[in-house]
Amino acid sequence: MTSPPKAPTPPFASLPFARVRPGKIITWTLLFIGGVMMVTPLLFMFSTSLKTSGQIYDLRLIPADPTIQNYVTVLADGRFLKWFMNSMLIATVVTLSNLFFDSLVGYTLAKFEFRGRKLIFIAILSTLMIPTEMLVIPWYLMSANLGWLDSYWGIMFPGMMTAFGTFLMKQFFEGVPNDFLEAARIDGLNEFEIWWKIAMPLVTPALSALAIFTFLGNWTAFFWPLIVTTSPELYTLPIGLTSFAVEQSIQWEMIMTGAALATIPTLVIFLALQRYIVRGVMLAGLKG
Amino acid sequence: MQPAHSLPPPLKMRPASGLKMRTRRLLWIWSFLALPVLFYSAIRFYPTLEAFYLSLTNWDLLSDPEYIGLENYKRLFADPKFWQVFRNTFLYLIIGTPVSLILAFVIAYFLDRIRFGHTFLRALYFLPFITTASAMAWVWRWFYQPAPTGIINNFLGSLGISPIPFLSSVELALPSITFTAIWAGLGFQVIIFMAGLRAIPSTYYEAARIDGLNDWQVLRKITLPLLKPTTVFLVVFSSIGFLRIFDQVYNMSSIDPGGPLGSTKPLVLMIYQTAFSSYEMGYASAQTVVLFTILLVISLLQLWIMRERG
Repeated sequence: MTSPPKAPTPPFASLPFARVRPGKIITWTLLFIGGVMMVTPLLFMFSTSLKTSGQIYDLRLIPADPTIQNYVTVLADGRFLKWFMNSMLIATVVTLSNLFFDSLVGYTLAKFEFRGRKLIFIAILSTLMIPTEMLVIPWYLMSANLGWLDSYWGIMFPGMMTAFGTFLMKQFFEGVPNDFLEAARIDGLNEFEIWWKIAMPLVTPALSALAIFTFLGNWTAFFWPLIVTTSPELYTLPIGLTSFAVEQSIQWEMIMTGAALATIPTLVIFLALQRYIVRGVMLAGLKG
Repeated sequence: MQPAHSLPPPLKMRPASGLKMRTRRLLWIWSFLALPVLFYSAIRFYPTLEAFYLSLTNWDLLSDPEYIGLENYKRLFADPKFWQVFRNTFLYLIIGTPVSLILAFVIAYFLDRIRFGHTFLRALYFLPFITTASAMAWVWRWFYQPAPTGIINNFLGSLGISPIPFLSSVELALPSITFTAIWAGLGFQVIIFMAGLRAIPSTYYEAARIDGLNDWQVLRKITLPLLKPTTVFLVVFSSIGFLRIFDQVYNMSSIDPGGPLGSTKPLVLMIYQTAFSSYEMGYASAQTVVLFTILLVISLLQLWIMRERG
C-alpha cells in the first residue's frame, strides 16, 4: 500500500492563524464557559444591586426594570463615602510608605558593601515567616498603650514596610549596573540623590508591581482593621461593609449594592492596569 | 607656575578623601537603614517575642499578666473544641489546596495554548482574585441561601431538585466556604502556573517532538517535572492561605461566627474570639504560637523539598 507522500509541515503551522483545529474550538469554548462561571458572582452582584427588593427572587441576569435607587440610598447615608475615603487614604499612605522604604532598604542591601548587611537582610527576610495573626495581640497592646487604637495610624502602622517589598526591590536593584551609580558619584550627586534620581527610575516596573500589590492588599485588608477600629467613622470599606451587611440582615439588594461599591474601585484599577497587574503577579511569583 | 604641578594635589589627597568617603558612605547607609531597623525591631521582632512570652501567662488585660508556665498549652491540647478547630483548619487545606491546584493547572495548561481572546479569557479567571473577600463572601452567602432567596437553590428548585442546606448544615458549611475561597484564589494560581509554563525552554518541547512523544507524554515527562518549583511554591502558598482562612468564614457565618455548631471555625477565628471577645490574651497567644509552628513546619518543608531538587 502506498501512502501519499506526507506534505511537509509548513513552517508557519504553529502560528495561531495557520489552522484552526476543532480541538482548539472546543478548548476555547470550555475555557470561555469556565471564565463566565468565574465572573457570575460579580454579574449577579451588580444585577441585584440594580433591582428593587421585590425583584430579587427573579433569576434573570438583566433586571427587568433597572434602578439606581439602591446606590442613591446607600450613598445618601454617607457612611459608605466615609469608609471609601478611609480606605483610599490608608491604602495610599501605606503604599507610598512601602514604595519609599522598601526600595530604599532594598537598594541599600543590593548596592552597598558594609558590615552587618547579610544580618539585616536575613533578619528582614525572616519576618516573612511570622504570621500577622501572631503579632496582632502585641500590636493591640502596643496601640492601647500608645493611644493608637481606633485611629488611622493604628490601622496603618503595621504595614508601613514589608519584607516582601524589600526583597522584591532588592532583586531588581541588583540588576542596575554599578557604572551608572559610579558615574553619578563622580558627577557629585550624594547617595540619596543617586538612589532617588538614578536608581529609582530604572526599576519602575518593580515599583508599579509593588504599588499595585500594596494598594490592593491594604484595600482588601480585613483582620487587623477589624481588631483595631471600634468607631464606625474609622472603618475601612471591608469592615464597614460587614457591619452594614449585618445590619441590613435580609435586604440582599442593599447588601449587593454595598458589596458592589466595595468592589468597583478594584475593578476599575484592574481594567485600567490589567497588563501591569498580571505582569506584576508573574514577576512577584517568580522572584518570590 | 608649571602646569604639571596642578595635577598631583588631587592624587595626593586621594587616601584621605577616600577614607572620608568611606565614613561618609557608611553614614549614608545607616541613615537609610535607621528607621527600617527601628521598624522591624519594634513592629516585628519585639511583638514576636512578646507573643511567645504572653503565651506563658494568664492575662485578661485588667490585672497584670501572671506567669503560669505551659498551662495555656495544656489547657489548649486538652480542649476538645481546639481539636475540632484544628480539624476544621486542616479540612480547609485538604479540600482547598488539591482542588484549587488541579483546577488552576488545567485552566493554565489550556489557556496557555489559546491565542484568540487570550487576554479576555485570562481576565475572566483573574477578576475574582482582586475583589474584596468580605464583599464577595456576602455575595456567596446570598447564593447559598435557601430558596427562594438563594440563587443556587432557586435554580435547583426550578429543576425540581430539593434544596441544599449549604451554610446551615454541619457537613456542608465548611466545603461551601472552602469553595468560595478556592474561587477567590484561583486566578492567582492560574497566572503563576502560566508564568511557570512560559519559563520552560522551548528546546525541551522541540526535542520531545523529534522523539515523537504525544501530548500526554510531553505533559507527563517534560511539563510536569519542569513545573515542580512552581507547583511546590503554589502548594505552600495556597496551604498557608487555607490554614489562615478568616475573612470568608467571619462573613459567611456572622450570626454565629464559625457556626453552625463550630463546624466551620478555623484557628484564626478561634484566636480572634479568644483575644477580642473573651479577652484571654495569654490563652490566645498560645493559639497563635501553635499557628506559627504549623506554618513554620510547612515553610521548612518547602525549603527541604526544593533543596533536595537542587
